Amino acid sequence: MLSEQAANVRPNFFTRVNVGDRAYATVLSALAGAVLIVAGLIVWVLWKSAHTALATHPLQFIKGTDWDPVRQSFGALPFIYGTLVSSTVSIIVAVPIALGLAIFLVEIAPAAMRPLVSFPLELLAGIPSVVYGLWGLFVMVPWLRQSLEPLLGSTLGFLPLFQGPPLGLGYLAGGLILAVMILPTIASVSIEVLKKVPVSLKEGSLALGATKWEMVRTASLPYSRAGIVGAIILGLGRALGETMAVTMVIGNSPEIHLSLFSPGYSLPSVIANEFAEATDAMHTGALAALALILFGVTVLLNSIARLLVRAVGRGATRS
Amino acid sequence: MRQYFLRRVTNAVVMGLCVLSLVVALIPLVSVLWLVISHGISGLSWSFFTALPSPVGEPGGGVGNAILGTFYIVGLACLMGLPFGIGAGVFLAERGDGPFGQAVRFIAEVLSGVPSIVIGVVAYGLVVVPMTRFSALAGAVALAILMMPTLARTTEDLVRLVPTTLREASLALGVAQWKTSLRVVLKTALGGILTGVLLAVSRAAGETAPLLFTSLNNQYWNFLPDQPTASLTVQIFNYAISPYEDWHEKAWAAALVLLMMVGLLNLASRLLARSRFQA
Repeated sequence: MLSEQAANVRPNFFTRVNVGDRAYATVLSALAGAVLIVAGLIVWVLWKSAHTALATHPLQFIKGTDWDPVRQSFGALPFIYGTLVSSTVSIIVAVPIALGLAIFLVEIAPAAMRPLVSFPLELLAGIPSVVYGLWGLFVMVPWLRQSLEPLLGSTLGFLPLFQGPPLGLGYLAGGLILAVMILPTIASVSIEVLKKVPVSLKEGSLALGATKWEMVRTASLPYSRAGIVGAIILGLGRALGETMAVTMVIGNSPEIHLSLFSPGYSLPSVIANEFAEATDAMHTGALAALALILFGVTVLLNSIARLLVRAVGRGATRS
Repeated sequence: MRQYFLRRVTNAVVMGLCVLSLVVALIPLVSVLWLVISHGISGLSWSFFTALPSPVGEPGGGVGNAILGTFYIVGLACLMGLPFGIGAGVFLAERGDGPFGQAVRFIAEVLSGVPSIVIGVVAYGLVVVPMTRFSALAGAVALAILMMPTLARTTEDLVRLVPTTLREASLALGVAQWKTSLRVVLKTALGGILTGVLLAVSRAAGETAPLLFTSLNNQYWNFLPDQPTASLTVQIFNYAISPYEDWHEKAWAAALVLLMMVGLLNLASRLLARSRFQA
């Protein structure tokens, strides 16, 4: 026992400990630790600013439909509803297009054509949100008011979703601008995931006489299902938190309407519009509580999405 | 035979839809770029880059202070965000395989998905409330927090690209680990890290939401970190939602300036990446 300890100590005692290595490792660990500290700070600050609004009646806050800072009445439901509706619209519009793009790039396009697809995707992802908002406000919204919404109203008007006057500004506008913005996210992650499908699997499918689409449907998509779901959840996370473009086109009215044509509001938009002017503690607290809700939901979605996307990568290395 | 024909038709239809989705995705991109350029170009002039904003209806006026403000806030953010982001990335690449590294990596991934508006609320609580005023510093803190996680991830990926043989050659010559890391590994990865930095800067320059209630806005030139500061993005937002035709024109012109800035940064990082991988 004693001799064993001595054997452990002695080499350390005689070999020179490299001070530089120690210092370097410590500095790097500290810088990396800062990421954890920042994460902790985010949670702490959000909770500290939000707990006044949430502490008393958290359920009433979330279920309340009336938002009137002047009368100190704070209900978050119109914003939660608007966020969910516009994000759902964006997912419904963006997912098929993003998947089509990804399949085109990975399975159909010749290698020389690939930059033709990936470069526009990067451009789309690089345009600042406020520029999308500007475009949405002055180009897309008039188009919705004059063309798309009357068209939808006359063809699908029997559904309550597409009734009412075509205002342009509203849930539909918010959803469509979000669709444009999350398209590159969903497409590029799907491309990554589809590329990981083993060639042998695809060749096997083709060798059995499958057409290209049957190969995609029976080999590529099932193999990468988890990753594509992950890509969609990542896109959803972006859609929920996207602020400027939605703020500029959703209409900013804290009400709940069934029709997609009517103006609504979203969680990030109300924070963007009211936070700078909120003077009393209750109002700031309520807005911070909305931020906390947004934070919780996006962290949850992102964790799930990352785990799903990672799972596909691991599957590929194993087989 | 008939069934085979049907399968071929289905295949052709679906493949056609895939090509169509490319076209549909290109429409908004082309439309945004074309309209920003065509609307914005008429508003550009020398004074637009140098002058202070003018009141509604008054001819002339520019966004000089907002352009400078964006540089100022993003510069401050870099001072705070770059060391941590790059340092964390180097740590993850060099020693990040343990449980601590896994935790940092995962948290960084999750943080990179947190909406920027939420980070704005955090910076408000961290800086604006104690200082009791809106300031460039508060905006910079928000942008620095936004930069950190993405920068850590891109830095890690690029440092990991450095071949192990290089590192082993250096270690075999008896060079200490820290010197190997700094002078061999990081020196090789420098171009890649710079690419990541440029991308992070271009993203930060395009952020609006976290600046709305941290750096706020300012009608005048400002060089003090503890004062409200104008930024190009917030200025575009204010011009766009105003009811004045005159200001809408300025919003388009300012958007063109912003797109050029962000585009140049992107282009620079792309060229840098290309020259690195060809060498």
